[in-house]
Amino acid sequence: MNSQWIKHSWGVLAWFCGILFFLPVAWMFLTSLHSESDAATNPPSLAAPLTLDGYTEFFDSGAWPPLINSFSASIGSTIIVLLLAIPAAYALSIKPVEKWTDVLFFFLSTKMMPVVAALLPIYLIAQFAGMLDNISFLTLLYCSMNLPIAVWLMRSFLSEVPKEILEAASIDGAGLITILRRVVAPIAMPGIAATALICFIFSWNELLFARVLTGVVAGTAPVYLTGFVTSQGLFLAKVCAAAVVVSLPVLIAGFAAQDKLVQGLSLGAVK
Amino acid sequence: MAVMTRERSVVDRPPPVPRRNYSKWARRAPLLPALIFLIIVTQLPFVATLVISFMKWNSLDPTNRGFAGFDNYVNVFTDPDLRSSVVNTIVLTASVVLISLILGLGLALLLDKKFKGRGFVRTMLIAPFLVVPVAAALIWKHVLYNPEYGLFNGILNWLGFDAQPDWISTMPMSAVVLSLVWQWTPFMMLILLAGLQSKPIEPVEAATIDGASSFQIFRYLTFPHLRQYLELGGLLGSIYIVQNFDAVFTITSGGLGTANLPYMIYQTFYQAHEYGEASAAGVIVVAGSIIIATFALRVVSSLFKEEKR
Repeated sequence: MNSQWIKHSWGVLAWFCGILFFLPVAWMFLTSLHSESDAATNPPSLAAPLTLDGYTEFFDSGAWPPLINSFSASIGSTIIVLLLAIPAAYALSIKPVEKWTDVLFFFLSTKMMPVVAALLPIYLIAQFAGMLDNISFLTLLYCSMNLPIAVWLMRSFLSEVPKEILEAASIDGAGLITILRRVVAPIAMPGIAATALICFIFSWNELLFARVLTGVVAGTAPVYLTGFVTSQGLFLAKVCAAAVVVSLPVLIAGFAAQDKLVQGLSLGAVK
Repeated sequence: MAVMTRERSVVDRPPPVPRRNYSKWARRAPLLPALIFLIIVTQLPFVATLVISFMKWNSLDPTNRGFAGFDNYVNVFTDPDLRSSVVNTIVLTASVVLISLILGLGLALLLDKKFKGRGFVRTMLIAPFLVVPVAAALIWKHVLYNPEYGLFNGILNWLGFDAQPDWISTMPMSAVVLSLVWQWTPFMMLILLAGLQSKPIEPVEAATIDGASSFQIFRYLTFPHLRQYLELGGLLGSIYIVQNFDAVFTITSGGLGTANLPYMIYQTFYQAHEYGEASAAGVIVVAGSIIIATFALRVVSSLFKEEKR
């Protein structure tokens, strides 16, 4: 009876912590659905009538171009990263080059360098090449930011393809293309999807480079968010609506990749 | 950068036999596009940073450009703002990593137990990590911390307290730390939970049969197993949080003594246009990161070897 009670109380404690951590997110959702005057009361008004005004105002204030910029930079860089990372991961797992661990750790070491140290030369290059405020340049940078992560992840997923199956297929006379399409692809597909989602999240979240390298034309959603609060008057509901809209793609991608999220964030070191 | 020299032997070594040469290059071919792209985009800018760090260069004064020797480094080390930004970076990173590791460990231990709605609680706990960092910082600044109508003071009001503190101006650093702890605890929890769930069950069962207490099991079985996961979480967290820009930029705009190195470099270069000094500060950040990264690479490589066994 006593141990039953202890077991029960662990669950209660876990639920309490979960709710505590979720509270700011829930509050963000709720406030985004309130009117500005209901959002700015003290004590807070929980049961105020719901409205979509915050969202309408956010979209009416020119939110679409930055959102579209963010989508094109994130999706574009994710596609390029996958095209570069999958062959590289293949050469590091299924048919490894000699000293492949050294190569793998070189990829990782680039990720450990703080990007802020490269900010100025990259800015100067962009200025010199006339690529300031250009979404393609930002897309390229996001590729370099995510490539090491993608290589590590894809390697750990591809190395899960059993060697025996590959050997059996080639003994049966299957060519390289057939092996890739029929054997490797089906096993690696969930891994590729998770890698894509994680690269998408990192690109979507990036602020520093976007802030320095873009302006009115190529500004991304996070940059737009930072400039959103300058207006006077009440803005809480609008800010919450903006935060919800900008976070929504990440929340969806993150929950979709939930099982592989740890593996991705730890660069494949933790399964 | 440090690994480049080791890596070169892979690419440049002249192969002895022409036929083997072909097959070696056929193996290397899929790797090359990614490798070359990464070297160009990530390594060359660091070389440029190093060069500029020895130059006198303010973009508002283009005629007065030239070699500066170690002047920029001397300026960086004697500038009290930059020195305090080094301290801030260490304080910010260490406190966020430590607090979120401890909280993450507690939550991971809770989630490792069986209870009703475990999957749902896990999902709720991950959510903070999936809010876009800028959005999270904005929410904390305006919706939670705001002294007049923020949720924190609202709750104080509900509970009948008279105090309505101005959180950000009375404790700016703690305000930034708290918002980052909220975002990073789920990350630590996920890594530690993965560690807990990969723990072999037999030794625990054997210890239970032998009459070990749950504290003894934690102290002698769970904790040693978790150690490398704790190290990994701490190091990865450090690497990400040392570079944090979003929270400092949004919550305090680097004011009230919270400016960290990334913010300082951003300001030196973007607002003061002191290219030479910004680069010198950048080189210092890289030097600091190499120290953390060396440890991090060691931990990852030990996990890696274990996996290959």
